[in-house]
Amino acid sequence: MVSIADILAEHKDREGPLLPILHDVQKAFGHVSEDAMREIASALNLTRAEVYGVVSFYHDFRKEAEARPVLKLCRAEACKARGVEALVPIADNQSRVKVEAIYCLGLCAVGPSAMVGDTVHARLDGAKFKTLLEAM
Amino acid sequence: MIVRISDDAVAIACGADAVAAAFLAAGVAVERVSSWGMQWLEPLVDIDGVGYGPVSVDQVPDIINGKAPSLGRIEDIPFIAKQSRLTFARAGKTRPLSLDDYYASEGWLGLAKAREMGTQATIDTVMTSGLRGRGGAGFPAGIKWQTVARADADQKYIVCNADEGDSATFADRMVMEGDPFMLIEGMAIAGYAVGASKGYVYIRSEYPHAIAKLEAAIKLSAHLVAPFIVEVRVGAGAYVCGEETSLLNSLEGKRGEVRAKPPLPALEGLFGKPTIVNNVLTLAAVPWIMTHGGDAYAAYGAGRSKGTMPIQIAGNVKHGGLYEVAFGITLGELVNDIGGGTASGRPVRCVQVGGPLGAYIPPTQFDLPLDYEAFAAADALVGHAGISVFDDSVDMAQMARFAMEFCAVESCGKCTPCRLGSTRGVETLDQIIAGKNVEENLALIADLSETMKFGSLCALGGFTPYPVMSAIKHFPEDFR
Repeated sequence: MVSIADILAEHKDREGPLLPILHDVQKAFGHVSEDAMREIASALNLTRAEVYGVVSFYHDFRKEAEARPVLKLCRAEACKARGVEALVPIADNQSRVKVEAIYCLGLCAVGPSAMVGDTVHARLDGAKFKTLLEAM
Repeated sequence: MIVRISDDAVAIACGADAVAAAFLAAGVAVERVSSWGMQWLEPLVDIDGVGYGPVSVDQVPDIINGKAPSLGRIEDIPFIAKQSRLTFARAGKTRPLSLDDYYASEGWLGLAKAREMGTQATIDTVMTSGLRGRGGAGFPAGIKWQTVARADADQKYIVCNADEGDSATFADRMVMEGDPFMLIEGMAIAGYAVGASKGYVYIRSEYPHAIAKLEAAIKLSAHLVAPFIVEVRVGAGAYVCGEETSLLNSLEGKRGEVRAKPPLPALEGLFGKPTIVNNVLTLAAVPWIMTHGGDAYAAYGAGRSKGTMPIQIAGNVKHGGLYEVAFGITLGELVNDIGGGTASGRPVRCVQVGGPLGAYIPPTQFDLPLDYEAFAAADALVGHAGISVFDDSVDMAQMARFAMEFCAVESCGKCTPCRLGSTRGVETLDQIIAGKNVEENLALIADLSETMKFGSLCALGGFTPYPVMSAIKHFPEDFR
């Protein structure tokens, strides 16, 4: 199991190391805790407020872990033009999977599209979207 | 028989991995190549230049036996045949991480030429090409490079803006996933020209495939671009970090808030040092320009918009994908002739050009040529040249509301017109959609838009009025 200290050590020689550190902490622990922020702030000679400000600014960093599996559904214009809004009620009618809006996966002529982890899915319709949610 | 299948994110999202596995299981050799950029045909299978697509796993035996209907030669498909592919010359043809393929297709010639010509001649070549920033602002690349070259500093940086967050854009992603060495070569040329030893590529976290490819390509080519060093940095889901000064703050490990300009990043950029911030497509165009000459590039295009633009045709369109062509092509040609109209078969109601901050344009203006100046004159943006096509089922009041909502979600919070204006905009549009005091509220939106347009620090708050006001102007019936 990786520790915060390991992650800090790995990035100590980089210019502007805070985002790479936060990405690794988020990946290892599923969130960036208060304790983690304190340790990072101390190591980088930043205030806790500065680290908190960065964590809270970016959508990718969570202050608390998400217990449910997460699906990111693109709801930007090109996917709206291809009917993603019709899939939203399907997402709303279940609570097992956390469905988050994301703005663009760059799959804009084969939408609606979604991402689970690093896996991308395109040409979703109601049936495919339901299957995808159920398989998670 | 060698089967070529793309390993681009679109192909994978459409099932290319399973199709490739089915060919392999049948004992057929498979090469994973970059994507031709014809998204409606993915997964596209290429056998000796003949195309099949979109292919599903159950069609694989018929393709192997020669019984499946083909698309003919891929290079003869009108969508490909009509393009002028300079930046995307290798698309569909090479393996993204093969240095052999890259060498065999004019790879590294531009960097060699630059080193042979010298730094000032390299900048002059970029100047002559007329290349303008492809991220949206259209600022002449040569002038930016010259400014950084003349700045006196112990350290300079090349920053590649790969935070491609606009909906309907995917050209940067295709470069990084399909031809990563070209981007690295472009950055190395820029670094050589201006005296920068370090380059960063800031890639959005929504692009895991691009991140993986580029990181691998950097390792494979480190010895070829040395002493120049390239490093990938991953964004964290903030759209505003596509704005160059907030991107620099993000690279420095800060909140991605916009900086006031001046100072220009060219003089005080990353860590306060002179910095070139260029979009992926700008840097990716440079190897071709160095290899073939600035004049050869400038021979393409119209007016002050020189060269080619990799246009991205997306949304509700029959033939969507990457279409690289000289500036000057009209919207109508792109949407109707090349795009083939809507995927749904219903009439085209409008297109949005330039992402979430771009104007909605009705078919009555489809004679508009793709050209920075012509678009600006029509109160529209070329932006990163993404086109979202909408059919007649779209509710433009909802799209205007979404533009404000998007701005509210993504605002960095630094300036008041953007931070507060976007939220007030959503509330006011909700009133209009509910039919409350419509005329008064529309007047309020027009007033608010003026404030946001002229009072915001960057394009997020400053350009959100484009989609809102163009929707109201061209589709008033959806608001009353």
